[in-house]
Amino acid sequence: MPAVSKGDGMRGLAVFISDIRNCKSKEAEIKRINKELANIRSKFKGDKALDGYSKKKYVCKLLFIFLLGHDIDFGHMEAVNLLSSNKYTEKQIGYLFISVLVNSNSELIRLINNAIKNDLSSRNPTFMCLALHCIANVGSREMAEAFASEIPRILVAGDTMDSVKQSAALCLLRLYKTSPDLVLMGEWTSRVVHLLNDQHMGVVTAAISLITCLSQKNPDEFKTCVSLAVSRLSRIVSSASTDLQDYTYYFVPAPWLSCKLLRLLQCYPPPEDGAVKGRLVECLETILNKAQEPPKSKKVQHSNAKNAILFEAIALIIHYDSEPNLLVRACNQLGQFLQHRETNLRYLALESMCTLASSEFSHEAVKTHIETVINALKTERDVSVRQRAADLLYAMCDRSNAKQIVAEMLSYLETADYSIREEMVLKVAILAEKYAVDYSWYVDTILNLIRIAGDYVSEEVWYRVIQIVINRDDVQGYAAKTVFEALQAPACHENMVKVGGYILGEFGNLIAGDPRSSPLVQFNLLHSKFHLCSVPTRALLLSAYIKFINLFPETKATIQEVLRCDSQIRNSDVELQQRAVEYLKLSSIASTDVLATVLEEMPPFPERESSILAKLKKKKGPGAVSVTEMEDGKREGGELNGGGDRGPDASAMAASNASTPSPSADLLGIRPAAPVSAAPASVGSLLVDVFSEAGPAASSAAVNDEGFLSSAPPSEDPAPPLSEADELLNKFVCKNNGVLFENQLLQIGIKSEYRQNLGRMYLFYGNKTSVQFASFTTTVSYPGELQSQLNVQSKPVEPLVEGGAQIQQVLNIECLTDFSEAPLLNIKFRYGGALQNLTLKLPVTINKFFQPTEMASQDFFQRWKQLSQPQQEAQKIFKANNSMDTEVLKAKLLGLGMALLDNVDPNPENYVCAGVIQTKGQQVGCLLRLEPNAQAQMYRLTLRCSKDSVSRRLCELLAEQF
Amino acid sequence: MRFLLLFSRQGKLRLQKWFTPITEREKKKIIRDMTTLVLARQPRSCNFLQWKDLKIIYKRYASLYFCLAVENQENELLALEVIHRYVELLDKYFGNVCELDIIFNFEKAYFILDEFLMGGEIQETSKQMVNRCIEASDMLQEVRSTHIKSNNGLKSEF
Repeated sequence: MPAVSKGDGMRGLAVFISDIRNCKSKEAEIKRINKELANIRSKFKGDKALDGYSKKKYVCKLLFIFLLGHDIDFGHMEAVNLLSSNKYTEKQIGYLFISVLVNSNSELIRLINNAIKNDLSSRNPTFMCLALHCIANVGSREMAEAFASEIPRILVAGDTMDSVKQSAALCLLRLYKTSPDLVLMGEWTSRVVHLLNDQHMGVVTAAISLITCLSQKNPDEFKTCVSLAVSRLSRIVSSASTDLQDYTYYFVPAPWLSCKLLRLLQCYPPPEDGAVKGRLVECLETILNKAQEPPKSKKVQHSNAKNAILFEAIALIIHYDSEPNLLVRACNQLGQFLQHRETNLRYLALESMCTLASSEFSHEAVKTHIETVINALKTERDVSVRQRAADLLYAMCDRSNAKQIVAEMLSYLETADYSIREEMVLKVAILAEKYAVDYSWYVDTILNLIRIAGDYVSEEVWYRVIQIVINRDDVQGYAAKTVFEALQAPACHENMVKVGGYILGEFGNLIAGDPRSSPLVQFNLLHSKFHLCSVPTRALLLSAYIKFINLFPETKATIQEVLRCDSQIRNSDVELQQRAVEYLKLSSIASTDVLATVLEEMPPFPERESSILAKLKKKKGPGAVSVTEMEDGKREGGELNGGGDRGPDASAMAASNASTPSPSADLLGIRPAAPVSAAPASVGSLLVDVFSEAGPAASSAAVNDEGFLSSAPPSEDPAPPLSEADELLNKFVCKNNGVLFENQLLQIGIKSEYRQNLGRMYLFYGNKTSVQFASFTTTVSYPGELQSQLNVQSKPVEPLVEGGAQIQQVLNIECLTDFSEAPLLNIKFRYGGALQNLTLKLPVTINKFFQPTEMASQDFFQRWKQLSQPQQEAQKIFKANNSMDTEVLKAKLLGLGMALLDNVDPNPENYVCAGVIQTKGQQVGCLLRLEPNAQAQMYRLTLRCSKDSVSRRLCELLAEQF
Repeated sequence: MRFLLLFSRQGKLRLQKWFTPITEREKKKIIRDMTTLVLARQPRSCNFLQWKDLKIIYKRYASLYFCLAVENQENELLALEVIHRYVELLDKYFGNVCELDIIFNFEKAYFILDEFLMGGEIQETSKQMVNRCIEASDMLQEVRSTHIKSNNGLKSEF
């Protein structure tokens, strides 16, 4: 056994690890592990109490076994015991175990939270740090609920040690990311900003991560950080390389902090204050200047750290997009890196230039590097660098260089790495379409694509070329001629046969005059490919044949013969057989007129967002396609295919232009299998139509505290609910804790928890005045049928509430069956002799009784289908009232109480959830689907529940949440 | 940062640190993807990869690969130096660190990482500071047998 153990060696652990390493086979390893597990189990179960050291050793062994990839189902309790040990080393192992093997076992969480609570209040900095680490590592909602209010206090307390501050800042950040609703802004927020001025660099480094995240979500509240960040940055940038002692990294002063400061500034527009802005520009210039200085060290760490700051500075310059001088300097600097001998720098320069290409100030400067980039595409050894080069070519493409870039990309495709071919194909297809001046070039390019990389040409690409050819009559003859030529090749890709079949079926007549491509020659050419093709392609070809009969009556006999032969009319494939039978019949009984009507040329396709662009976006994830590209698409979309020369069709196209249909909508529109020319169903515009009917969502009533006091009627009867009661209720649909109501006299806070069909709510009534409230009473009442649906029990409260005091009331809630109304809470008291009387809605909503249900995609859709009765579904389309940010939405959906299911909806932008509502009498299964449309700032919300009233109520409630 | 993985040239996982909660099944899938992706890379390629919506930054030190996944807006070069700083910290602690040190003292490797990073963010970039924390806790361990109850000594170390 090697003597590598350090600190307090746990000999038993080292022996065990070395045994495992000596195992010759997986079986031997499992055997040894099982032996050890049995041993540990017997020790834990044994009568003899284990001492701390042994407990620590065994827990550590369990951890090791778990990290090897084996399941561990015991030992959690022992680990939790270690947490309360007062020996640092035992505590540390306990926390490590908990952090790695989190278990949602609620009993355990309570114990863990208790141990953490003790350590946080221990005032021992090492213990506090361990506890904070554990919270950050686990980061669960339960922990957030328990500690979200405690940690800000630790962070800004004057007597907190620096190391604890660092941990507290990052711990809070973690909680904010998982449960933003639980981290409430408050007095601490302004003090956090001032941590940017802290003397201790470590504290600043940790705090700035928190500040950046908070600024992104609440920019206005944190605006003051801009000037603080600029002055801090300027101090670092101008310091000598040794000033910052250990925060200098390979002669670069505080690279991490510098980058984070630059990142923070990217959350804001350029500073308005001239002096601050001047100072910042100076910093950025200094950073750019330093790049030209000779390196202070030959070590790669030195140049990495230095360039990290440089790239971050460039990112800020690009973000501001307002200083042409700096933008051009940045571009030149990146240009130098394009030829650097370090592969990493070439990669990053290509990446960074991609964003620079979208700025109008630097687009031209980026274009000057086109030869270098093309060269990179051809000669780089590393595929990820080539990929970046392709991305950059795509980004710098415009009308002036499109032909060159598309040609280069096409020729690269012939040798391109398999992993990036599909994306390359999409990009070439998009560029060819976007910058096509003459459409013969476009058709050539796409056919070349199919020839070179047919396997990677997805449906979207070849659908698109057909759409465009159909919509533009100036290119139809050329397209027919070109596909005819392409099909002459002895081996051509099946996608080519598809495009060829479709186009010749529509426009073969345009080239039929030439004896070399007479109707029969065309038909024979197509039919020679027939037997090599898959069923869908054959189906498409059969449709092309029947179109031929209409276009060229002279081919009728030949084609009828083909249709009549056994391999068609008795084909084992139902689709093929049906087509053969129907087409044969159609061709023999229909008159020429009928045939001509049925088989008329396809009408133009409604214009919409290119399905290819949609696919590329999907492939790259949202945000990957640059904004300018989308705008360009819009700008040029009209001239592209609308043409304006098609009379009535053009207006129909324009109408549906704004929609963003899913690729499947496209399928419906263009499915070549459709035997007869259907009317141009505007599938794509459906979504938009529905949206436009929806109208604006109900405008929310304004809260008016002052109005309340004067308008509350001084009567003994319970007042009617406040006008804002519904709005207050809505605030609590996705959360359980918070302030329900506040005016100048009274504040009502709520904390609540729910399990199964039961709930408990704590109400905190705070007297904000210095005068006593007398005859304080509260009553819960049930409007409508609620009496039989919900049961709320409460104890009476103290009739006197002293000035500045707070009293508490506990409500026990039982859900008997599903309900729609909210219980009313009436509060009466005398303040200085005047009777105050107000009624609120208690935020008890049906969703509080949700149990989340995890399920796989398949199960989800199966259940979705099962709930298909029209009344089981409730749907609403409404305008977004709040931020459409993913994290915010997720937090809300989680707060709703359902399980948020990943990888279920084929469209990653959508959210689907599942849960079961527990009532005393029954369980109601619920499925939810939320489809955001960021462009239109709208949502479509669909609920399907096993009980219709639940669908409707949930839909109503949720529509107010987003 | 999303996660940090350490694995050997044979694809054996030596350390896994996840900064966001994910299921065990997803973890296993990511580990498999990362090892195949990174081990297949040619020598002298660049240290960055795009994987789904994450940036993967990896670097090989002797027999071990360090593989760090960060969000898209993060700085790659700095991520590379995060790895290097971690290696330096391990090296300082173990003295000429090797793969065996990390295998046999895996818990120490986790502790050192925790001092350096927290919740996927840099907590302390100063090597001295981190080392002081680690040594201080080691000291606590060594005096365990002599039952020193007060932690005042540690406080002054900070």
